[in-house]
This record gives sequence, structure tokens and C-alpha cells, in this order.
Amino acid sequence: MTDDEIKALVLSELGKIAPETYPSQIDPTVELREQVDLDSMDFLNLMIAINEATGIEIPEADYPQLATLDGCVRYLRSRKA
Amino acid sequence: MPSLGADMEAGTVVEWLVKPGDPIKRGDIIAIVDTEKATIEVEAWETGTLEQVLVPVGEKVPVGTVLALIQGAAAEAAQARPPAQARPEVVPAPKPPVVTAPPPPPLLAPKPPRGRPPAGAPRLRISPLAKRIAQELAVDVSKVQGTGPDGAITRADVERAAKAPAPKAPTAPPQAVAPAAAEAPKPAERVRPAIAPQERQAMMRRAIAAAMARSKREIPHYYLAAHIDMSRAMGWLQSENLKRPVANRLLYSVLLLKAVALAIREFPEMNGFCTDGVFRPSDAVHIGVAISLREGGLIAPAIHDVNRKSLEEVMDSLRALVKRVRAGVLRSSEIADATITITSLGEEGVETVFGIIYPPQVALVGFGKIIEQPWAMNGMVGARPVIKATLSADHRASDGHRGALFLAKIDRLLQTPEKL
Repeated sequence: MTDDEIKALVLSELGKIAPETYPSQIDPTVELREQVDLDSMDFLNLMIAINEATGIEIPEADYPQLATLDGCVRYLRSRKA
Repeated sequence: MPSLGADMEAGTVVEWLVKPGDPIKRGDIIAIVDTEKATIEVEAWETGTLEQVLVPVGEKVPVGTVLALIQGAAAEAAQARPPAQARPEVVPAPKPPVVTAPPPPPLLAPKPPRGRPPAGAPRLRISPLAKRIAQELAVDVSKVQGTGPDGAITRADVERAAKAPAPKAPTAPPQAVAPAAAEAPKPAERVRPAIAPQERQAMMRRAIAAAMARSKREIPHYYLAAHIDMSRAMGWLQSENLKRPVANRLLYSVLLLKAVALAIREFPEMNGFCTDGVFRPSDAVHIGVAISLREGGLIAPAIHDVNRKSLEEVMDSLRALVKRVRAGVLRSSEIADATITITSLGEEGVETVFGIIYPPQVALVGFGKIIEQPWAMNGMVGARPVIKATLSADHRASDGHRGALFLAKIDRLLQTPEKL
């Protein structure tokens, strides 16, 4: 997947979890939980959705690396999404 | 109109999913009702045949109003029948609007798959969110071309339609609604008069305020708090989640829910309803989970029979519940029958929360944030993840001594997480 594809995937899954989110308003460097008011259930659902779309198994210990949109792109690229 | 919680006084019928003559099973979703807080799928409490719809789509009626008549099939339903109503079964049984009667037992009948009407009536494919937006923007969804899966109407479709120059459909006139009750609902009639988001907000705030004021006025609260060492629970959870694929992982709140549910076995005076000053414990443990709404406000739908569910099942139920709350569509049974409530503000970083009991319940357990802090034990100090558990309970049902033992029991259960 290209960086843009990864970004689009994360934003589209985020839109399903938090429908009031406008992708254009997401700052890729700021923590998603902070910007979108995600709780732990929302965040877990985001991880599940990414896992389903990419097949990548994300260990719980790696969650902090996926805290921002840029972080998601970096992490998923490194895991060869 | 069922009472879907102490803070509900009225509701608007948005959609009928059955028509006269249709067979109805207990547990079927027969109507959709809009309240200040959410869209509620109303489940039938009786099995029978729908005889007559009494409240048409678009009408707002107070709690206790008879919505429809069901010709009862079973004789055992007779005692629920009001004496004056000799023949047809009433759905739901009328309730006084102010005093909330104990909710009915949980529905055991299998529920129809979501998104499909129990009767054969054709139903528009539209997400609850898109439906709500359509209502707010006064878009006639029957004229919207869906681009989602199977032609479902999405939020984007609705927003596009709202911007299109096509003339807007007038909101359903009241007189057009009456005949609609006698036949399958048409898509156009599903669009109820729009409630502006700000107005919904104000209504919800008033509803919450009314219920909480009543709670503070009528319930003699007492409050207790205890620190609980969470190192064993969190350690167990971490190693457990390491073994699990992401879709099967557990959240620590599931451990808290289960611990409270199991502790209730020994403390029935924390679980049930106090109506007119008389406390009736409940055999079932339905835990209301306070979930904040994205648009603001709060709702506390129940997870049923938590004491009898495995951690996985509690997790699945919690996940499904959060999903339905987020989508703004809940079921009547999960809204009406919580026997105790848990509130957890740990996500927001709060250390301690003393909740207000949700009448007619008699207890509320609060959990704050898990904080790593110094913990002295056996003359040694170490750093432990610690959570503050609180209890707000009703003096008409219990006292502080029992409340303290209840919190201690929750603590003990959390020290052996593998047994939860």
C-alpha cells in the first residue's frame, strides 16, 4: 500500500467510528484520541478495522506507535501493509 | 410508549415495522421511537397478532400511552392485562409517567437480525446516522439514490440531496398519517419533522436534569470510596491479550463489569429497584453502562446477565452496545431494565467519580483512571497501578457497612482475574 492509501484507509475507518469527523480537519501529527475523542473501545475498534483491512496483526504493545495518523502510516509501512 | 429510563417523559413514533394483521413474537422489534437521547427500537413484550396501531408515525406521546393493540396469543399474559381492557393485549402495559415501575424481565426471544424488519414490509436501506441527518436537513429519503452497499443511503447521499436544487418534500401532514397506520409504511412517511440538533441537546439536558434532580430529592444517597490495587488484573490482562488476535482482545473495563456482577451475588441489596420506598432486589444482573454521547449528554444502556456471561461475552456485548450508542440506535430492553449502573470516567483522566443513582435503581459503582502510584504493603513501598472504586448507594436499601463490604468484595475478585 502507498502512504496515501494507508492514510485513506485509517481515515475511512475513523469516519465509521466517529461519523462527525471530517478527514480534512485531522492533524496527522496530533494524537487521534485527542482530536477525535476516542475512548479505548473506539481505539480498539480502529485497530481491529486496520487489522481486517490489511491482515497485519498489531500487538497491544505497539498501540502507542499508532497514536497519530502519521504514526499509523509509518507503522503500517514498516510492517509492509 | 414504554418508559425507556427515568429521564424519559415522552417519545415520538418514527416508524412502524409491523402492520395490522402481522404476527408478532415477543422480542420482535415492532417500532422505532425517537427520544431526547437516542432512537430506540421498541421490542414487543407479548406474542400475538397486531390488531391496531393507535399512535401514528410522527406523533409525540407521553410515557404510558398505548401505542398499539396486540391480540394476545398466550393465556399467561392475562395478568398483565388491565381489567378494563378485556380483549386486546396492550403494548406496552401502561405505566404512570412519573413513577417508574420496575422494568419487565429481559427478553428471551431471539431478536431478528438488525436492519431487517420482522414483517415482510419492504424497508428503505439507510443507516441510522443518515436517517437522522436526513431528518435534520428535511431531506425526503424516498427520493434519494443510495450509493452504499446494496443501494443503501449513506450520509454523503443525504448531504448531496440536501444541496440539490430539487424541491424538498413537505414533512408528513398529520392527516396523511392515519391511513398509513393501516398499511405498510411508505418511505416518505418516515421523515418526521426535523428536530434541530441544538433543540435535541436542550431537550436531553432537561431530561437528564429532571431525572438527576428527582434522584437527589428522593434517594438518600451515601458515598464510599476505596483504592484497589490493579497490578494483578492488569498483568493478567496484558498476558491474556498477548495471546489474543486483536479482534478478541479484552478491555480492563470488562474485568470491572464482571467483578461488580459477581460481587452482587452476595450483596443483593445493591441490585434492583426501589419504587414508592419499597426495595425489590432483582435476580437478574443487568449492568447499565454510562456511555457519553458524541454530541454531548449521557446514556446508560444495560448489558444483560453480566454475572452469567464469560469475559468474552461481556466484551462482545459492550462492543455491540457502544456501537449502537454511537450509531444512535438502541433497543428498548437495554434502555429500560438496568438493575445497577457503572460509570467509568477513567478515560478522561478523572481519578474519582461519585455518581448519582439512576432511579429506580439503588446503587451506582464508579471507577476512575488507573494511576500508577506508591503502594505500601508488608512494610515495603512499590509502584502499583491503582484504581479508585466508589459506591453511591441508596440508604433505603442498604447501609454503609454493607456498602463497604461490597467494595471490598469487588477488590478481592479483581485480585484473581483469571477466575472472573
